[in-house]
Amino acid sequence: MAGSEAAQSASTASQPLLEVCDISKRFGPTIALDQVNLAAHAGRVLALIGENGAGKSTLLKTLSGAHDADSGTMRLDGLEYQPRSPLDARRLGIGIVYQELTLAPDLSIEDNIMLGRSGTGGGLLLRGSQRDQVRQCLQRVGLGHLSPTARTGDQSVATQQLIEVARALASQAKIVLLDEPTSSLPAADVQRLFGIINDLRNDGIGVIYISHFLEEVREVADDYAVLRDGNSVGSGQLTDITDDQIISLMVGRDVDDLFPSVPHDIGQARLEIAGLSAKPMPIDTDLTLHHGEVLGIAGLVGAGRSELLRCLAGLIPAKSKVATLDGNRLPSSVGARRRLGIGMLSEDRKSEGLAQSLSITENLAMGNHRRYSSYGLVDLKSRRKDANGWIKKVEVKAHSAEQTIGELSGGNQQKVAFARLLAQDADIYLLDEPTKGIDVGTKAEIYRMIGELAAQGKSVIFVSSYLPELLAVCDTIGVMNRGQLVETRASADWNEESLLAAAVAVTNR
Amino acid sequence: MTDDVSPANAPESAPSAQGSRALGILKLLTEFQIGPILALIAIIFCFALLDVALGNGGFATLRNLRVVTHQAALIGMPALGMTMIIIAGGIDLSAGTALTLSCTALAVAFRDYTVPVEQSGAVMGIVGALSLCLVIGVLCGLLNGIIISLTEMVPFIVTLGTMTIFLGLGQIWASESTVYPGPGHLPIWLENLCYTGKRGTDYFIPGLPIPGSVLLTIVLAIIVAALMRYTVLGRNIVAVGSNPQTARLCGINVPLTTVLVYAIAGIFVAFGALLYFGNVKNGNPSDGTGLELQIIAAVVLGGGSLSGGRGSVLGTLVGALIIKVIDNGCTMLSIPNTYTHIMIGVIIIVAVLIDGLRNGKPKWLFR
Repeated sequence: MAGSEAAQSASTASQPLLEVCDISKRFGPTIALDQVNLAAHAGRVLALIGENGAGKSTLLKTLSGAHDADSGTMRLDGLEYQPRSPLDARRLGIGIVYQELTLAPDLSIEDNIMLGRSGTGGGLLLRGSQRDQVRQCLQRVGLGHLSPTARTGDQSVATQQLIEVARALASQAKIVLLDEPTSSLPAADVQRLFGIINDLRNDGIGVIYISHFLEEVREVADDYAVLRDGNSVGSGQLTDITDDQIISLMVGRDVDDLFPSVPHDIGQARLEIAGLSAKPMPIDTDLTLHHGEVLGIAGLVGAGRSELLRCLAGLIPAKSKVATLDGNRLPSSVGARRRLGIGMLSEDRKSEGLAQSLSITENLAMGNHRRYSSYGLVDLKSRRKDANGWIKKVEVKAHSAEQTIGELSGGNQQKVAFARLLAQDADIYLLDEPTKGIDVGTKAEIYRMIGELAAQGKSVIFVSSYLPELLAVCDTIGVMNRGQLVETRASADWNEESLLAAAVAVTNR
Repeated sequence: MTDDVSPANAPESAPSAQGSRALGILKLLTEFQIGPILALIAIIFCFALLDVALGNGGFATLRNLRVVTHQAALIGMPALGMTMIIIAGGIDLSAGTALTLSCTALAVAFRDYTVPVEQSGAVMGIVGALSLCLVIGVLCGLLNGIIISLTEMVPFIVTLGTMTIFLGLGQIWASESTVYPGPGHLPIWLENLCYTGKRGTDYFIPGLPIPGSVLLTIVLAIIVAALMRYTVLGRNIVAVGSNPQTARLCGINVPLTTVLVYAIAGIFVAFGALLYFGNVKNGNPSDGTGLELQIIAAVVLGGGSLSGGRGSVLGTLVGALIIKVIDNGCTMLSIPNTYTHIMIGVIIIVAVLIDGLRNGKPKWLFR
């Protein structure tokens, strides 16, 4: 999707729109950014790539004015750029779309777009003149059909993200930064977003695109810049570098195996579900899970994949015609299912998966206290010993087992959440987007752990929006479409196109 | 990875074995907090100096120590239950009126259902009266817990409602007046429960002049601290308070835990009623209005977080002491009550602010 040869050479030769020179930032003893350099050009898309903890977020916050850099300079359009606050950055022409949406759900779309910059009439809103501007901005992000007065919270996640882009445009942004914008988007919406990024580029706006997904980066960006451990380790045009080279820049070593596989055999059926229904999803779904099987679930966001897992875990009350585990009836409460060996990894580490304010030990022991206690009394010593053991085993980077979860990086948090399932000694692992927002290295470790579980005869259901990992890791893949598990085949019989086609197919219900 | 559930070959982290034993006793009082203790020491020091300079030297005396600790026990006892509730992410605005409702029940029982202690059958009557007080306290807590769990309403609103319900019930029961126990109906230990005077023989442990209210509060505080630290229920309460979604995901029965927390807190409300009754020797249901704020303030001063998951039993007791030392010191220095209120208010806000500073709040200061 790179621009024409002439445009390319012209813009590369010109002065960068945003230039970051030798920016450093430290938090106490931790050096978050160490003399980082970055150059974004007008009319080009720069992909900012790096593992979690590489310093992308800190750089983003420095650009947005949320952090002050300790040293180094930034230039915007040739002028010194020193934002004092996020609002200041916005006024100077930097528009940021954060990974987590920052819209006020109860306000109208119009109010959200104009938030922080209304009040031109002595504290009164000038709705009339605003309305045209809002309409124009919505038009540019392909949301021209929406009423500016609609409630923002009623829109889908994808639409809300585009509203954020519109907000950036409304403040005359010269540069738009998108922080992992596709991590919660279904494939179709990703394409729409890419189209809009393309439009922005053609309008001469500089785009900085932060992502983990190299396929996406290839599709949407012109240039790349890689951060590792707070250092700039490489930058240039994407046409000049291979994926493997980018990965070795990110990881700092050659990752020979992105999808490590562990040989395992599929045994007898153990979890059998028929006619599983809950409100509003899933709808009349059948599912069979075998010993040693890794079952992948593909589908669009909103197709009911999480809901299916949550029903199986007992978190959503559901009805079913048949629900047996190893031939026995499945009880209904979460606690009882857990005791039978059903364990679930939540998609949302922050608000559900882990208690962010508690220690690693406490999180690992949560719901597993039975193992360390007799007559309701907890043996703190064996609890601590086990926690240290798990930290070692799944290689959590933490300075002690008493460290608060919130201080760990996303990947390390996910390892703790995974270790809790292992500590539970679950037999059936319900994994909802287990690799979401974590770095390449940790992803590979999680794939390996899934493989090892299957080799031990345990069963895994693996929900993911990232098709390459499903195809590589799973034995069978089922596709969910509008609340139903529509088709299940062996992984070898699927490819990305057929999975996508099944996910978007119009079912006749 | 092996089939083994507990991770094999995990070496025990080295220094933890012996050195921690001494620390363990401090830790028993859960998540030992130095901040409130330092604040308490500073406040005592200030008042002692002011008292020497301006007052009549009555502040730093053993007698006054007994009075202050006794007064702190009156707040500290119900605050033990409040600590559990706040750690579980809840709040109980009805604690004050539930306490005086239980206290009224006790007074009514000692008026109508008991006989003078020298008569036969007195013991049964006394046991009955105490049981009634306990049952009322626990019922109040249960009611709160069940409404909160079943309706999924915010604890603030539910207990705001039950606060006035308990007040009204108490007033009906007491016929809108103060209830006095029958003459000679109170057993001697109850008469002396809150004694802070000079006669050594009138104390629980003869010759050891520590008020019975203080002893009882300390014993129950150790029990609560141990419950929070060493029992599965205690750890589940922390889990529910930190993040109810995570707790649910981990198979913890969140509604049941919530009900249990409020019911257990009811026990301490009942014990608080017993102390209160021992102090004033009557029951007036309207005495409790406003008491809940002091109880909550004690927990918050002691490091409790109203967003749940954090709180300390020792901290709560220290918090209660801080409130009462200020109260008492101001009285000693003849500072009017009105100023005392302002001081306590300022101290609460400053204490929570300082606690916030340690956690990087307010954010604008730590940019």
